[in-house]
Amino acid sequence: MAASAGCGAPAGGAEVTDAGSQAIVQGKVTREGAPVSGYARLLNSGGDFVAEVPLGADGGFRFFAAPGDWTLRVLAPGGIKADRQVSASTGEIAELDVAV
Amino acid sequence: MSRSDVLVDADWVEAHRDDPGVVLVEVDEDTSAYDKGHIRGAIKIDWKTDLQDPVRRDFVDREGFETLLSERGIAGDDTVVLYGGNNNWFAAYAYWYFKLYGHQDVKLLDGGRKKWELDSRELVTEVPHRAATSYHAREQDKSIRAFRDEVVAAIGSENLIDVRSPDEFAGRLLAPAHLPQEQAQRGGHIPTARNVPWSKAAEDDGTFKSDDALRTLYGDAGVNFDIDTIAYCRIGERSAHTWFVMHELLGQPNVKNYDGSWTEYGSLVGVPIKLGDES
Repeated sequence: MAASAGCGAPAGGAEVTDAGSQAIVQGKVTREGAPVSGYARLLNSGGDFVAEVPLGADGGFRFFAAPGDWTLRVLAPGGIKADRQVSASTGEIAELDVAV
Repeated sequence: MSRSDVLVDADWVEAHRDDPGVVLVEVDEDTSAYDKGHIRGAIKIDWKTDLQDPVRRDFVDREGFETLLSERGIAGDDTVVLYGGNNNWFAAYAYWYFKLYGHQDVKLLDGGRKKWELDSRELVTEVPHRAATSYHAREQDKSIRAFRDEVVAAIGSENLIDVRSPDEFAGRLLAPAHLPQEQAQRGGHIPTARNVPWSKAAEDDGTFKSDDALRTLYGDAGVNFDIDTIAYCRIGERSAHTWFVMHELLGQPNVKNYDGSWTEYGSLVGVPIKLGDES
């Protein structure tokens, strides 16, 4: 992505163009099987915020992380907050589906 | 300048959005978010197509800003209330633009779109019509915008605040983690820069932390409140959020946003770069 394209990412996360060099964390957030509207944020192993995306229409999110351990935090209306641990590796897609 | 001059809450917006002279503007990272639903009465500014030069790496110029605000129906004496997603990231960037071109009365909705949504407040798809104005902008206020030579000169003498994530600061990532990692420039940070990720200034719901908590945050990271400050990130948007915190909330007098940021600095020939977690 060129610098002029800025930091913008669509709801649900940017498209994967070259998964081979990326350490991807992605998944869907659902409640009783239905997609949740809200936010997914990625925290590093120290608990610090790294990135955030609005959930897509299907409850989906995607992050391009570095190899290592991460925490995915879901925020949704009604005070919903859920944390899940996930490990990322270069060239792999870590799938993480979250039911809240 | 203090918090009450530059921040409003959701109740204020609901009470005043129909007042003459109050203009609500959504500026979102996800530029399609407005079309799916926005606060009633709000208009949209697209940070990319409206605020950036389509050819050169720069902003819309003064005439371009005048044309934009005129066609959106914003007058020079209007109270402009900006809000957006992701902790007001891009709304803060637009706020800095408005100040750069001399608009006096600009505010952020504390918490932005996220808090509004998490509180289950109303969003509508109806787009309001505003009559065109004849907006007059000022020359750019260079006291809040840093360029590369003064950034290099500031190494070791001014506060340099790198507001990217720790992994970008150290050179392990080249872009925020919600974007693909494809960048041409070198990784790392400007020597002597303190790493205070922009997002640490906000709570989970996107509202700004208290002034005391903010002073502790920057002070503990080694920021000296008695000297001038330049904030940078990757392309100058996250650092506009930190500029807002330092200059508008904490009232620090000499704070600049280096909008060239890492995509410029990390591509310069011959400048010093530091790798790793240490300043």
